[in-house]
Amino acid sequence: MTPERRAGAPEPLVELPPEESTLEATALTRLPSGRGFLEPHRLALMAVAAVLVFCAAWFMRWDWLPTYAGALVSGVGVTLLMLVSTALLGFVLAVPIGLVQVTGPWWLSLPAQGFCTIIRGTPLLLQLWLLYYGLGSLFPQFPEIRQSFLWPYLREAWPYGVAALTFSFAAYEGEVMRGAFAGVPRGELEAARAYGMSRWKLFWRIWLPRAVHRALPTLNGETVLQLKATPLVATITVIDVYAVISKIRQVTYLTYEPLLLLALIYLILTALLVAGFRYFENRIPNRSA
Amino acid sequence: MAADLINWGLLALEPPGWGGVLLGGLMNSLKIAFGGYALGLVLGTGGAFGKLYGGPVTRDLMEVYTTLVRAVPELVLILLLYYAGTDLLNRLSAALGYGSVDISGLAAGIFVIGVVQGAYSTEVLRGAILAVPAGQIEAARAFGMSPLMVLRRVTLPAMLPHALPGLSNLWLICTKDTALLAVVGFSELTLVTRQAAGTTKAYMLFFCAAGVLYLLLTLASTLVIRFIEARARRGWVAR
Amino acid sequence: MKHAFRTMIAAAVIGMAGICGAAAEPLKVGFAAEPYPPFASPDASGKWEGWEVEFMEAMCKQAKLECVITPVAWDGIIPALTSKKIDMIVGSMSITPERLKTIDFSDKYYNTPTGVIGPKSEKFTATPEGLKGKTIGVQVATIHQDYANKYFGKAGATVKEYQTQDEANADLAAGRLDAVQADAIALAAFLSTDQGKQCCDLKGNVKDDPEILGAGVGVGLRKGDTELKDKINAAIKAIRANGTYDSFSKKYFDFDIYGG
Repeated sequence: MTPERRAGAPEPLVELPPEESTLEATALTRLPSGRGFLEPHRLALMAVAAVLVFCAAWFMRWDWLPTYAGALVSGVGVTLLMLVSTALLGFVLAVPIGLVQVTGPWWLSLPAQGFCTIIRGTPLLLQLWLLYYGLGSLFPQFPEIRQSFLWPYLREAWPYGVAALTFSFAAYEGEVMRGAFAGVPRGELEAARAYGMSRWKLFWRIWLPRAVHRALPTLNGETVLQLKATPLVATITVIDVYAVISKIRQVTYLTYEPLLLLALIYLILTALLVAGFRYFENRIPNRSA
Repeated sequence: MAADLINWGLLALEPPGWGGVLLGGLMNSLKIAFGGYALGLVLGTGGAFGKLYGGPVTRDLMEVYTTLVRAVPELVLILLLYYAGTDLLNRLSAALGYGSVDISGLAAGIFVIGVVQGAYSTEVLRGAILAVPAGQIEAARAFGMSPLMVLRRVTLPAMLPHALPGLSNLWLICTKDTALLAVVGFSELTLVTRQAAGTTKAYMLFFCAAGVLYLLLTLASTLVIRFIEARARRGWVAR
Repeated sequence: MKHAFRTMIAAAVIGMAGICGAAAEPLKVGFAAEPYPPFASPDASGKWEGWEVEFMEAMCKQAKLECVITPVAWDGIIPALTSKKIDMIVGSMSITPERLKTIDFSDKYYNTPTGVIGPKSEKFTATPEGLKGKTIGVQVATIHQDYANKYFGKAGATVKEYQTQDEANADLAAGRLDAVQADAIALAAFLSTDQGKQCCDLKGNVKDDPEILGAGVGVGLRKGDTELKDKINAAIKAIRANGTYDSFSKKYFDFDIYGG
């Protein structure tokens, strides 16, 4: 990603792979700038918004909030844990998936390509149910699995959620890594080889760091998309913030209030993520600027 | 053991096989996807022009719309819009004296997916319009074309090649997002798959079968998209 | 350009109105979109069948109402009713004081006890002591969820909530749960399937608590829809009296499902 694209100038859409071209269209990657907040029409709009918020707070029912505050906080914790663990695992998995597609033998690159195609071609919800209800119902039929040390974990729901979210992140980011590995200038690799670097050293010192550096700008968007995917794990009995809100909805029979609060929670989480990425991006030197 | 675990007869098109039900679900998914995508394009075109050429208030409202949709999970938006959207419409029509409107699940689904897609296409189309050289639009205006004509004759055709990769990816996202309607109980492919799997207990078989259907849809879409892109790029310098 | 923009908006609004304006006459009867045998489950041709479907058809016929089945996700079925997405709920929904705060109910149309099932290999009873330390599955937003939380959760059991009864049963068979609490008839239906026969048996019925378990199952209605409520109550009484109720019930049960 070039600095011009950051600045909001015309984005060179055609040159990018389709996944990247819609990344910023489907995930929030930049916070609205704080400038110009004092323009008259903005003040008027903000007044309208304030009235709306006041009406929501005043006329809607929020008496359930204190009762569930603890559950909500732990739900947010589960959501964040899901997000961070699967994004990290997924990225670690994405590196070999991208690499073998660029340089691996066919018996590695073909499965990697197939993996990406299948995961990206089917809905995450279906994959999640396939893992949890499909695979999960096959496991206990084998006494070896049932007696093994893994069974206490396989009984739980979260390993399936983590697996599905990790695969999904790995498949999308793997495609990005493939492009990133392929995009590292040949000359740099040849220069490293001319210095007498071993293949191993070349990979760790030159190729991987350069590829990761190229892929970094997509991480922001991919992570926000991953956050937006986490509520799906609530459908397999993982108690994340979405599940807590569902429970509140069922107990109180309220339709809007819990959902509005949920939307607000995700809005804040996304904003924090974006702000965090902005902070780190500013600290990473960008030579191409 | 695996051999007798798989009962292929369950996938037969006629009852007692569930193949017909799955295909019916796929049809529903497709209807929602087409409808939602089309509505999304309309909203997106309006949104993109509003964001670029609208007044300050329009711009800000569009910004709020796309920011919200891009920051909140689709699942949450779908729940909110599914209940709130239809409820508001009902109250509105009741207030206007039309009585309660009858909203089918299909219409609600299309509406929900359309609103989400609308925000995405707003961003894609905005980028594409910006990629059209300003001089071309100015020239069209200088010739005295009405704004609508500029849109139809210059802006839309010129931006299309720029928008196509993004729009085609949005279509793929749209087909997959329809699965989320399973959570509100709409009988699309994922929900009927779960019903079939739950009734027959053949979970693996049905989830895999549905996966294959989704995959075929994606692959077929990719082929069509390639064809369209090749056509739209006629006359472009080969890269 | 403003003009074009306005045209777009107008087109969008007209388009929306076009899809939404498809008004239809029949009453929409909300069914939970998940299989709940033997009361309601979709068959391989996509048609809904089961005792409750037959009950609904008989009731609507008696009341001269035109009814159409509208599947709705169970956990959103009450909001769907209040937001007029459906006109009534025929979903094995028990009449409880808590629900009566939000919606209205017809008279009861069946009443059955609540049971607990578990793996054959484990021996325990359906009491707070017996379920101590166990993981027990229930369907969300049901009387069973409230009951399990109140009696078993407090006594040291983990209560796990499922969107559908079917998933709870599947997880019991998959060994992820130690017990499932639900309607005794729905559980009996599961125990009679191949999967159920293999893994599990009935551990007993729970002690009654009318405050939570309610006074039987009724048709869920919007508050203030008294005209429909009267029609439905009359229809239930009539099909009970003229034998229709018994004749279709006999196909499914060998006992009186209406209860005392």
